[in-house]
Amino acid sequence: MKIHEYQGKEILRKFNVATLQGVVAHSVAEAVAAADDLARKFGWPVVVKAQIHAGGRGKGGGVKVVKNLDDARAAAEKILGMMLVTHQTGPQGQKVHKLFIEQGCAIARELYLGAVVDRVNGRVCFMASTEGGMEIEKVAEEHPEKILKEWVDPIVGMTGFQARNLAFGLGLEGKQVGKAVSFLQNMYRAFVETDSSLAEINPLVITKDGDVVALDAKFNFDDNGMFRQAQLGDMRDPNEEDPRELEAKEFDLSYIALDGDIGCMVNGAGLAMATMDIIKHCGGEPANFLDVGGGADERKVTAAFKIILKDPAVKAVFVNIFGGIAKCDVIANGVVAAAKQVGLKVPLVVRLEGTNVDLGKKILADSGLAITAADDMLDGAKKAVAAVKGA
Amino acid sequence: MSILIHKDTKVIVQGITGDAGSFHAKQMIEYGTQIVGGVTPGKGGTHWEIKDGEHAGKKVPVFHTVADAKKATGCNASIIYVPPPFAADAILEGIAAELDLVITITEGIPVLDMVKVKRVLESQSKTRLIGPNCPGVITPGQCKMGIMPGHIHKVGHVGVVSKSGTLTYEAVGQLTKLGIGQSTCVGIGGDPVAGTDFIDVLRLFNDDPDTHAVIMIGEIGGDAEEKAAEWVKANMKKPVVGFIAGRTAPPGRRMGHAGAIISGGKGTASEKLKAMEAAGIHVAPSPAEMGVTLAKAIGHKV
Repeated sequence: MKIHEYQGKEILRKFNVATLQGVVAHSVAEAVAAADDLARKFGWPVVVKAQIHAGGRGKGGGVKVVKNLDDARAAAEKILGMMLVTHQTGPQGQKVHKLFIEQGCAIARELYLGAVVDRVNGRVCFMASTEGGMEIEKVAEEHPEKILKEWVDPIVGMTGFQARNLAFGLGLEGKQVGKAVSFLQNMYRAFVETDSSLAEINPLVITKDGDVVALDAKFNFDDNGMFRQAQLGDMRDPNEEDPRELEAKEFDLSYIALDGDIGCMVNGAGLAMATMDIIKHCGGEPANFLDVGGGADERKVTAAFKIILKDPAVKAVFVNIFGGIAKCDVIANGVVAAAKQVGLKVPLVVRLEGTNVDLGKKILADSGLAITAADDMLDGAKKAVAAVKGA
Repeated sequence: MSILIHKDTKVIVQGITGDAGSFHAKQMIEYGTQIVGGVTPGKGGTHWEIKDGEHAGKKVPVFHTVADAKKATGCNASIIYVPPPFAADAILEGIAAELDLVITITEGIPVLDMVKVKRVLESQSKTRLIGPNCPGVITPGQCKMGIMPGHIHKVGHVGVVSKSGTLTYEAVGQLTKLGIGQSTCVGIGGDPVAGTDFIDVLRLFNDDPDTHAVIMIGEIGGDAEEKAAEWVKANMKKPVVGFIAGRTAPPGRRMGHAGAIISGGKGTASEKLKAMEAAGIHVAPSPAEMGVTLAKAIGHKV
């Protein structure tokens, strides 16, 4: 799960990580009022920032530094409702529904700070770099030596010396070091106590007054940890998610929309990926990734089928099931029920294997539906591709 | 021979009275696995009973703790079907009881829980953890600890190691259809932080005289496949067939498994396939050809 910058900063403040003062705005009037208020307290300039779940907002024109109320209004009018295109949104962009109005600050240095769960050694890794504001992937590729790393032992947490290693490595001096150490230690607590999988402060700023401040905040959370993070669930923004993916989540299905025209329904993530691969191998293009999961029942299969057919680009559907816990007869019943409910207007190719396979095949054959049976995965993919090319 | 489990492995089921634990305990017993006990805190002293089928009426003692179960049954392995909020604790309990093997089927354990478990695993040498979020391990004809359909397997000499459940069934199904049996099949799971990696299992297969060749099935994300390929190049004495799922996966999107994501341009299928080819691994051109690629590699007539 992802959240907005302003929500990330709420979390940081809760853990005593230094941020600037700011207010979220849903309209131009709210934005102007917030800018006025911040300017009275801290003076101009004030910053107007688009809130979408994607990086690169500044380059895309989604962040403006303003020096008076007229400029604040103009910036808010321009950004609110715009389709913001960044390197992470895709060419169609993402619509801006919210703004974050934040006090300005005098920047002396822009640094980078990130934290991830490093799967290589199974620990949380903090990364820091003097190349703030840059895309960190680019820095990692071109100048890996410029990225400092500290792996945190989960039993002792982020130690003082590890935080100092990073602070001195970034060239901080004097009181900045102590401020950076508490920033890092609090940030580690924020990371683990919210079940984060990734946190990024880019840029991390050293102000002209020597303060260490988070100028941006990006958090991704581990979906598996959300059962104990009820307060984070409220931060979910449905505007930022694909409606079909949201619907899939309701039924505990894992669905990702893609660009092709062959809809796929598969049990298991690995087999679902492999099914996309074999469609491509046979000259077709998958329309989606869809894992109905191990415990697929008729209700889930029906929901999955409906979600696939909602995509207008889908010209054929390939169902590829290797039943283990999921039984082929249950899947077959679900397919038949769904096809009858939604009305099957595209060719349907089904490959069943594993537990209760004969029963499943019989249900499909007796259904009276125009279903193409496949002997194995390759046969199924070939038939699905042929169905699309023939259409 | 085989690796990890065999006919004498004494197994307890943590979470035996839950839906999943109960369903699969029955299936495992029907396959021939020695299920000697179950653990459900609060239900110690009772018995779990098979209601129907060929073993109807069979009773398995239930204990409050893994330590109690070990004392009473002499078990050396545990399989965990405990729900995600309590699963990490169940693993730690298995490690504390110094079992040889703990297999965790549970899907959806918070990764930061697994970070702690991994830290504890590294501080000891008695217990091996397989999983979490995996189909388990099977030594055909001897012992099944997991959720895989037992009937698709055949006794033989090919080892299978995989991050993915159903894709493992796919590989096994292809092998069995070709008349090629398996020594042991190991699902290591697709989570970012897991107990056992490819290299651990490849090393065991390399040392097992009963395993003559190996199929290794990886997926996008991380660099475990690349590291395993390097290890194969330097150490492996037996033919290895490889497949990577997710060639067509777009970057930045998580493909079901928490670990299956291409991030920052790393962990792509093409990088992994390149590493496999460079290591002399026979790469299956498509997921439908894992079995025939293996057959060719060992000179088995198809």
